[in-house]
Amino acid sequence: MSDQERIAGIVAEHEGREGPLLPLLRDIQAELGCVSAEAEAQVAQALNLSRAEVHGVASFYHDFTERPDPRPCVEICRAEACQARGVEALMQAARDAAGDRVRLADVYCLGLCSVGPNAKLDDAVHARLDAAGLVSLIESA
Amino acid sequence: MTVVRISDDALAIACGADNLACAFAEAGCEVERVSSWGMHWLEPLAEIDGQGWGPLVPGDVASVLDGSSDKGVGTIADHPFIAGQQRLTFSRAGKTRPLSLEDYAATGGWAGLNRARSMAPEAVVEEVITSGLRGRGGAGFPAGIKWRTVLEAAGECKYIVCNADEGDSGTFADRMLMEGDPFALIEGMAIAAYATGASKGFIYVRSEYLHAIAKLESALALVQALVLPFEIEVRVGAGAYVCGEETSLLNSLEGRRGEVRAKPPLPALEGLFGCPTVVNNVLTLAAVPHILTEGGAAAYAAVGHGRSKGTMPIQLAGNVKHGGLFEVPFGMSLRELVEQVGGGTASGRPVKAVQVGGPLGAYIHPRDFDLPFDYEAYAERGALIGHGGITVFDDSADMGRQAQFAMEFCAAESCGKCTPCRIGAVRGAELIERIRRGGSRAVDAVETLPQMHNAPKQQRSREDNVALLEDLCETMRDASLCALGGFTPFPVLSALRQWPEDFE
Ligand SMILES: Cc1cc2nc3c(=O)[nH]c(=O)nc-3n(C[C@H](O)[C@H](O)[C@H](O)COP(=O)(O)O)c2cc1C
Ligand code: SF4
Ligand code: FES
Repeated sequence: MSDQERIAGIVAEHEGREGPLLPLLRDIQAELGCVSAEAEAQVAQALNLSRAEVHGVASFYHDFTERPDPRPCVEICRAEACQARGVEALMQAARDAAGDRVRLADVYCLGLCSVGPNAKLDDAVHARLDAAGLVSLIESA
Repeated sequence: MTVVRISDDALAIACGADNLACAFAEAGCEVERVSSWGMHWLEPLAEIDGQGWGPLVPGDVASVLDGSSDKGVGTIADHPFIAGQQRLTFSRAGKTRPLSLEDYAATGGWAGLNRARSMAPEAVVEEVITSGLRGRGGAGFPAGIKWRTVLEAAGECKYIVCNADEGDSGTFADRMLMEGDPFALIEGMAIAAYATGASKGFIYVRSEYLHAIAKLESALALVQALVLPFEIEVRVGAGAYVCGEETSLLNSLEGRRGEVRAKPPLPALEGLFGCPTVVNNVLTLAAVPHILTEGGAAAYAAVGHGRSKGTMPIQLAGNVKHGGLFEVPFGMSLRELVEQVGGGTASGRPVKAVQVGGPLGAYIHPRDFDLPFDYEAYAERGALIGHGGITVFDDSADMGRQAQFAMEFCAAESCGKCTPCRIGAVRGAELIERIRRGGSRAVDAVETLPQMHNAPKQQRSREDNVALLEDLCETMRDASLCALGGFTPFPVLSALRQWPEDFE
């Protein structure tokens, strides 16, 4: 199936929903790995919005990216409670372990603030990470 | 067969609860997955006949079962951390299976909704007002007054929006409630809908909370029919802290950029798609079923401190020995919370500061730990309770770095609608960096132009930079449209004034 057909399918699924744009963009991001300019144009056409409007929305939210990144992604919480539990001291080891193979992303709180430092890989969350734990998580990605 | 109860809360799972559950099952036990008691330092915690063991790894299973384990914590319900609480909103925590309708009904579920439905909507609103319940999302606005505004507003269609964006670091009570007792939130929303005449509800959950989203979807599939004609839909955010602000959240639900709207109009009058809308935090709505039971409103109003009525699910987070969820009536001092309940720092070092109320909350020095947990008492000190998160830092924390982080966070998350926040936060972060480097910036070409009357003609000293930072904070505080820009000065100035040595 071409990207265009997949997007058309997603658009059709959300038909009739109140305020469909955000769920629609979320599905496109999940399915295609990004919300490209072409995708924005197609969504704009389908929802009778301007491309500028759709781009304005897509570019506002951190979860949407313009280009796909096929690398595995480890999200590390860098917010205050994890800072207080020492996440910053792990970052150099994390970057060394990740190299170019794994993408490291910052998140600001996973809601596990009493057992940090915490990280997320795919749909799984990991708590009480020390340098060795974080490095092995990154290596397993 | 031995029944072992282990939580299926995301935090317990992140600490290894799934593997532990498998190990108990392999050892021939029946495993029941329940909500979390909220004693996070003990997770994963296993409960057998009311006795607890934790934190466990799969290798501990044999010794727990033969009675030789030294990880026992005794009777869980009598543990000082649990016995010291008064759980109203979290009354089921640790005790029920989150998606069991049987467990829910057996623990008083639906009693509030059934009673509400036997009353006039006005009377339901009146009870919520009587209870003194205030919004738990941060601003502390009386929930009943908001509901009354929506009830009295004219409108064909009205909405109940549950704010489950829980973006504040150091908070997890919304997550625990959605994962551990999702029916209570749904019941609370159904009561709000009945009381205000709303037909449709949305739960706006942050995208980081995958477990909570899944639990809510499953819970709704089970009970949507029970709350009809009211319909509830789960909507997932897309990674924007500011979307926790109610008007930004409404824009996001409508499929727009999450920019903050100017008020008025109040969302209660012109909210989602221009219709009267109740926006309430998860904990606010989840407190309602209890309040609507017979005598519940008076019982709720009877506890608390001053104008802060009822209980607050406080979240102990960061560098704290006994972190977790601690629900008590308002009024407890920080000293009790951090030192007695929390047991001091996890690292064993002295406490340097606590931040209460998330990234926009002030840093509080241990000498001010007598402050009672109360909306007004905090506001008077230039601090805030916010969503009730307490993040503890030990003496290795660099408060200058924390202040800079506050500005950087605001810059990254600003919605961009107003200048003090959009530009101020960027300049604030630069300025703190410069102060901390001890450096001053060379006077640039534009500043030396004759028409730049107000620009300094020589390099600014450190004192000049500090004065400039204070001035910038004042501008952000007084001229920002919402609390993101308006409250970021709290952490910055509280750090600067109480730990000036960390800015050198
Ligand atoms: C920047 C910002 C972020 C906010 N984040 C949240 C949040 O994550 N959850 C929440 O319930 N309220 C949040 N609020 C408060 C909401 O604007 C609003 O006051 C609240 O949802 C109202 O519900 P309540 O009366 O039940 O507290 C935030 C406010 C601001 C300014
Ligand atoms: S203070 Fe910041 S987040 Fe709030 S409206 Fe202004 S720019 Fe937006
Ligand atoms: S601050 Fe890291 S999980 Fe909340």
